[in-house]
Amino acid sequence: MKKLQKADYIKMYSFMLKIRRFEERAAQLYGMGKIGGFCHLYIGQEAVVVGILMTIDKNDSVVTTYRDHGHMIARGLDPKRIMAELTGREDGYSAGKGGSMHMFSKENNFYGGHGIVGAQVPIGTGIAFTHKYNGEKNICRTYIGDGAMNNGQVFEAFNLAALWKLPVLYIIENNKYGMGTSVDRAAAGLDLYKRGEAFGIPGEKVDGMNVFSVIEAADKAGKYVREGNGPYIIEVQTYRYRGHSMSDPAKYRTKEELDNYKQTDPIEIVKAEILKKKIATNDEIEKINKETLEEIKNAAEFATNSPFPKDSELYTDVYL
Amino acid sequence: MSTEILMPALSPTMTEGNLSKWLIKKGDTVKAGDLIAEIETDKATMEVEAVDEGVVLDLLFKEGEANIPVNKAIAIIGDPNEKVELKKEAPIEKVNEEKKIEKNIETKIETKKDNIIDTTSPKIEEDRNLSSEEITMRQALRDTMAEEMRKDNKVFILGEEVAEYQGAYKVTQGLLQEFGKERVLDTPISEHGFTGLAVGAAFKGLRPILEFMTFNFSMQAIDQIINSAAKTLYMSGGQINCPIVFRGPNGAAAQVAAQHSQDFSSWYSQVPGLKVIAPSTPYNAKGLLRSAISDPNPVIFLENEILYGLKGPVNNDINFSIPIGKANIEKEGKDLTIVTYSIMLQKSKEAALRLKEEYNLDTEIIDLQTLRPLDTETILNSVKKTNRLITVEESWPFGSVGSEIANIVQRDAFDYLDSPVIKVNSADVPMPYALSLEKLYLPQVDDIIDAAKKVSYIK
Repeated sequence: MKKLQKADYIKMYSFMLKIRRFEERAAQLYGMGKIGGFCHLYIGQEAVVVGILMTIDKNDSVVTTYRDHGHMIARGLDPKRIMAELTGREDGYSAGKGGSMHMFSKENNFYGGHGIVGAQVPIGTGIAFTHKYNGEKNICRTYIGDGAMNNGQVFEAFNLAALWKLPVLYIIENNKYGMGTSVDRAAAGLDLYKRGEAFGIPGEKVDGMNVFSVIEAADKAGKYVREGNGPYIIEVQTYRYRGHSMSDPAKYRTKEELDNYKQTDPIEIVKAEILKKKIATNDEIEKINKETLEEIKNAAEFATNSPFPKDSELYTDVYL
Repeated sequence: MSTEILMPALSPTMTEGNLSKWLIKKGDTVKAGDLIAEIETDKATMEVEAVDEGVVLDLLFKEGEANIPVNKAIAIIGDPNEKVELKKEAPIEKVNEEKKIEKNIETKIETKKDNIIDTTSPKIEEDRNLSSEEITMRQALRDTMAEEMRKDNKVFILGEEVAEYQGAYKVTQGLLQEFGKERVLDTPISEHGFTGLAVGAAFKGLRPILEFMTFNFSMQAIDQIINSAAKTLYMSGGQINCPIVFRGPNGAAAQVAAQHSQDFSSWYSQVPGLKVIAPSTPYNAKGLLRSAISDPNPVIFLENEILYGLKGPVNNDINFSIPIGKANIEKEGKDLTIVTYSIMLQKSKEAALRLKEEYNLDTEIIDLQTLRPLDTETILNSVKKTNRLITVEESWPFGSVGSEIANIVQRDAFDYLDSPVIKVNSADVPMPYALSLEKLYLPQVDDIIDAAKKVSYIK
C-alpha cells in the first residue's frame, strides 16, 4: 500500500467532517420542513466511505443505497447541489426529481442512490460487467447495507459476478440494524462477509470506525478486483448514530450502546492521529472546522434559495 | 400387424419437423425404447424412441427431408411376413388416451395455423424492397438482432439458453457462433439478478438485449424493470438513460397452463418510462425490433410463441425500421373498427372476412404494433369514420389496453360513437390446462363476430 501523505490525513479529516456537518444541517432543515420525505443520515459511518475514497480511481464507478449523501460528498460532488436535491430544488443533482434517496452524477461515475433495498447490487454488478466488456481496468464499488444481505437478488448478483469474474468490490456497511431490526434478528449467521464463500468470493471483516483499517482493506481488495480476479467482499463494521431515517426514534437500542460507539468516533480517531503525528496543529484543525461549517452553511442557504422546479418539468425526463 | 411410426409433436407449438437422421434401416428389429431417428423441431433437434416392437418394414422419408407434418407416418414396423398396406391420408387413430390428446393438440395447432393465412398488409404491398422469400418471425427477429450487433459493438444479448442451446425457441440461433461468448451470454436461471445486471450495464452505456424465456418469468425481475430501468432517467433529472430491450414470448402458447400463459401487455403499458411493442408479422417484427434496439429508452418487446413460425415477406434493408408509436391500418373499412395487436391480428382478420361474407360489414382493422406510446390519433380517426369500435386482445379484461382505448375514445370521440365500445379479452380467470377450457379462455373468431354484431346492432 502507498504510504499515506500528510495531505491524505487532512483530506480524510476534511471529508469526514464535511459529511458530518452536512448531515447535521440536513437534519436541521428536515426539522424545519425544508426537506421532506425520507432522509437517511450517515452520521457515525463516515470512515467507511472516506476510507474507500482514499483508494479509488476517478474512472471507477460507485453505486450505493439510499443512505447516500455521504457517498456523494466523498465522490467530490458539490454539497450545494446535494443539499438542493434534498430540498427538492432545480439545482439539485436530479433537478429536484429524485430527492434524498435517488441522486446520481453520471459525469462522476456515481450511479445512485437506490431506494429499493438490494436493487443496487445487480446494478453495480452490471456496471462492473460494462467495465470488463469495454476492456477498461476500472472497477465498480457496490455498497450494500446489512439489511440487503438477506435479499435474494444479492446472491444472484454474487453468483453472476463470480461466474463471469466481474470487477466488482462489494462493500457491506454493517451498521447493525436494518431499520429497527438488529442483524442478529434478521440474518442466520452473523458473518456477512462469508456469504460469498459458496461462490468462491473472498471476504473479510473490517473495523469501520477506524478509517485506517478501512483504507488497508479497501486497498488490498481493490487491487485483487482490479487485477481481474473477480469480485471481493468487505464487511465494514460501523454504526449509525441516528435512527434509520429522520422519523425513527431508534428505541430498539440502548443509549449505552450508542455512547459506547461514540467513544470510537471515526472523526476523533483521525484527528487524534493528525495531532499525534504533528501533521497539523489544533489551530489548523480549528480552521478546517470553521471552513467546513461555513461551506455547509452556504450549501444550506443555496439549497433553500434555489427555485423549485418549473411545473413544465413534471413531464420531462420520462423518455430520452 | 404393422404399425406406423408418426412424426411426433415434440413441443407444444410444433406443427412440422425435419428428419435429420435415421438411426435404423429397413430390416432392423426394433424394441420399445430404441432410438429410431433424429428429428429437428421448431426448438431443437431431438432423438425419437420407438414405442412399439417389430421389424422395420419401410422408411417413408429420406434423411434430410424437411417440413414433415406432425402425425404423418414416417416409418412402418411390424411382422415381415405380413403384407404392408399404406394408408394414404388420415393418420391411424390411437385408442390410447394420451395419443388422443396429442391429436387434439395437433388439430388445434392446425386451426391456429389456418388463422394465420394472410400476412400481407397494404403497407407491405407498398414496400418496394420486399423480399421475394418468406421467412419466419423467429428468423426475422434473429436477423435483426444480428444486423444490429454487426453495426454496434455495444449491443449484446443475454438470457437463459440464448447461446449454446441456440435459444429456447431458436430465436438466437447462430448468434453465439457469429458474435462469440462475450456478446451472447447464457445466464443462470436467475431473472432478478441478470435483469438487474443488464440494467446496470445499460446505465453504463451498453445496449443489452435481454431475452426472457417467457415474460411470465419477468415477474421475478419486475422490480428491476419498473423501479430501476423505467424510473432512473426521471429520478436522475435526465442524466442516466437505460437503452435496453426486454424481449421474449408473451401470452399463451399451447396448453402450458396458468403460470406460463399470462399476457403482460397492459401491465407494462401502464408504466411511464417504458415503451411497449407487440409485433404481429415477420415484417413488422423486423422493423419494430430495429427501432427498439436503437431506442435510448427501455423497451418491452412482447413476442408470441405461436407466431414464431409465422412466415411472411420482410424488408431486408439493414436500416429498415418501423417507428415506435405508430399503428398500422391493416385493412381499411367503413362500418366498424377493430383495434388489436399481436396474435389477435390474425383472428381479427379472419373475423373481418366472415363479417363481410355473412353480414356485409366492412371492417377496418388497426394493428397497434406499439402499445406505449399509444397511437391514439389513428384510433380516433378510424372511430370518427366508422363510428363503432371493438378491441380484441389476449390480455385479461380488467384494466387492459382495450380498457384504456375505450376510455380515450369515449372522452375524445364520444359524439362519433353510434354504439358502446366492446372489448374482447381472455376470460377473467387463470389459464386452464385442458384443451377445451383453453379454447374457451382465449378470444376466438366467433367472439369477435359476436362483438361486431353487437356494436352494429345485428341480432
